[in-house]
Amino acid sequence: MRTYRSWGGYPRATPAGVLPVLWRSEPPALGRVTGLVLPYACGRSYGDSCLNDGGLLLDVHRLDRLIEFDTEHGLLRCEAGVTLAEILALIVPRGWFLPVVPGTRWVSVGGAIANDIHGKNHHRTGTFGAHVTRLELLRSTGERIVCRPDDELFRATVGGLGLTGLVLWAELRLARVPGAGIAMERIRFANLDGFFELAADDHRFEYTVAWVDCLARGRGMGRGIYLRGDHAPLEPVGPSPARPTRLRVPCDAPAGLLNHATLRAFNTVYYHARLGARRQATVPYAPFFFPLDGVGDWSRLYGTRGFVQYQCVVPDEPGEGPIRTIFERISRSGEPASLAVLKRFGTARSPGLLSFPRPGLTLAVDFAFRGRLTLALLDELDAVVREAGGAVYPAKDARMSPESFRTFFPELERFERQRDPRFSSSFWRRVHAA
Amino acid sequence: MPPEAAQRVLVVGATSAIASEVARRFAAEGARLYLTGRTAARLDAVASDLRVRGAAQVTTDILDVTDRGRAAEALRRAWEAYDGYDIALVAHGVLPDQAECQASATAALAAIDVNFTSTVALLTDLANRFEAQRNGCIAVVSSVAGDRGRQSNYVYGAAKGGLDRFLEGLRNRLHRAGVSVVTLKPGFVDTPMTASLRQGPLFVSARRAAAGIHRAIGRRTDIAYIPWFWRPIMLVIRLLPESVFKRLRL
Repeated sequence: MRTYRSWGGYPRATPAGVLPVLWRSEPPALGRVTGLVLPYACGRSYGDSCLNDGGLLLDVHRLDRLIEFDTEHGLLRCEAGVTLAEILALIVPRGWFLPVVPGTRWVSVGGAIANDIHGKNHHRTGTFGAHVTRLELLRSTGERIVCRPDDELFRATVGGLGLTGLVLWAELRLARVPGAGIAMERIRFANLDGFFELAADDHRFEYTVAWVDCLARGRGMGRGIYLRGDHAPLEPVGPSPARPTRLRVPCDAPAGLLNHATLRAFNTVYYHARLGARRQATVPYAPFFFPLDGVGDWSRLYGTRGFVQYQCVVPDEPGEGPIRTIFERISRSGEPASLAVLKRFGTARSPGLLSFPRPGLTLAVDFAFRGRLTLALLDELDAVVREAGGAVYPAKDARMSPESFRTFFPELERFERQRDPRFSSSFWRRVHAA
Repeated sequence: MPPEAAQRVLVVGATSAIASEVARRFAAEGARLYLTGRTAARLDAVASDLRVRGAAQVTTDILDVTDRGRAAEALRRAWEAYDGYDIALVAHGVLPDQAECQASATAALAAIDVNFTSTVALLTDLANRFEAQRNGCIAVVSSVAGDRGRQSNYVYGAAKGGLDRFLEGLRNRLHRAGVSVVTLKPGFVDTPMTASLRQGPLFVSARRAAAGIHRAIGRRTDIAYIPWFWRPIMLVIRLLPESVFKRLRL
């Protein structure tokens, strides 16, 4: 059954209507619909960037066809509603991999472009949009435009939050891999300094990421588990499931299930439970990249009030730096925060005018939504990020102010000139208060 | 798989959501597919998808089943293209608007034509070809709606019910020739065809329905409910005495 909510469950919004897009050869006549439109596929954006309260959603989940696979050059062309799960199931057995994968397989190609997503290999490979070679955009005028990386419209569309038009199809450059496995290493670190020591070796690995217990205070502040790995053969190569798992969270959990005490207990157990301080193994790629895909609709564990994820990037300053300030603020606030993800971005320039990734440290933390208390803490964190010259990730956001948005995205005016006036979202109207 | 060993699969109504999902499963096995439908651009989109997914060969042709003369000609071309078939999946159909069918005999007959009469014409031709070939499988998408006439949907139900009887007889006849006839009875499937219906817990995705259809064809199941849980549900519904059934709002 199709529902149109965002992954965090906060905020809720009701579209005035849903227009299914079924065939790329029969695009909807957007000039004739009333109201503002927004493409929607998997609903994996956390906040309100995939919502369009009172507007029309263009549901593209049936634009799920592959178009062409050039195995000589590793170029795959497919419709915008194809999920990364579907692509991986097809290409991994043939020795290819997506250049960039996020923390879940259940996102669409259109969504990956609109948010210019990043992954554990950002330090080497940059963002998803950097590997898109072409895309076709349907504008509300009815015009269909094939855009390439040098075009201004392409740069606005990548990371453009679905606001420049409807992506009908895209062509991606894939990466050759030796097999379906990841040779990984898991290393425990005792605090933030431990993280920095390990991160100094990032360039030696294709994938690096750290899970951090951000409820730990004092000397243990910033303790966590460092994961790093490279593609490797895996014998025997089993097919990767192209379907969501049968294990699902069937409904919203009672409010308060994930509170400060249960999350602290979970974080502590997670930190200590890994046997030994260092472990190496070759594992299938799916649990390495998508550990939470094993539980369908896991976000419902946060109950009907939902949760907010806060992801920011701040410059990587030696010594103390803004990241330490952020950890201090979170651990002192007493807000229930789950495990956080910490990673150092590379220096590759993101292709999109509104792309989030930029050189520095990125931190993503989930907070059970508790209204005013949560919002106050996040506003405080925004101030730190603004001060440091960083940014907050729109794909995860449900609450940043228009001032913050303008500060974080200095190319906003250039983007505005390319935006399609008939496209809008709850997010856009919130951060773009005229 | 060498082309000679690849299964030859004919799909009528190949641009329907269910049929194209089933075709994806055959494509992944390296089958040779021949697709027919009413719209060239849609057929092209489905065909290129199936090629990327591993089909050994994909051919398309325009076929409107209600245009009898041309349909027979198209079927002959299809048969000659691959020199016969291992599997034919007949999946075309429309879900008519019941209110419109009640108000207009023309609308009712048009619905019966697409969902029943045209299928009879097509299957008569196909059956003779398969019978002469003395092997293969004819799988036809019917519906749980054919099990009992309901006020909300009885024109469609009558077409599918008639189709069920026809297939029953055809199965009986072709059994001796070593040709299987598979009656597929999906319940509510989330497709563009059912977009006007209010979705409930019994709805399944086209992908899940396709998995059941692919399995039923592989096993040459005579009558397959898609998914399986419709079998007990429809058993109960069929067992309700008419004196009770006529009072229900179904």
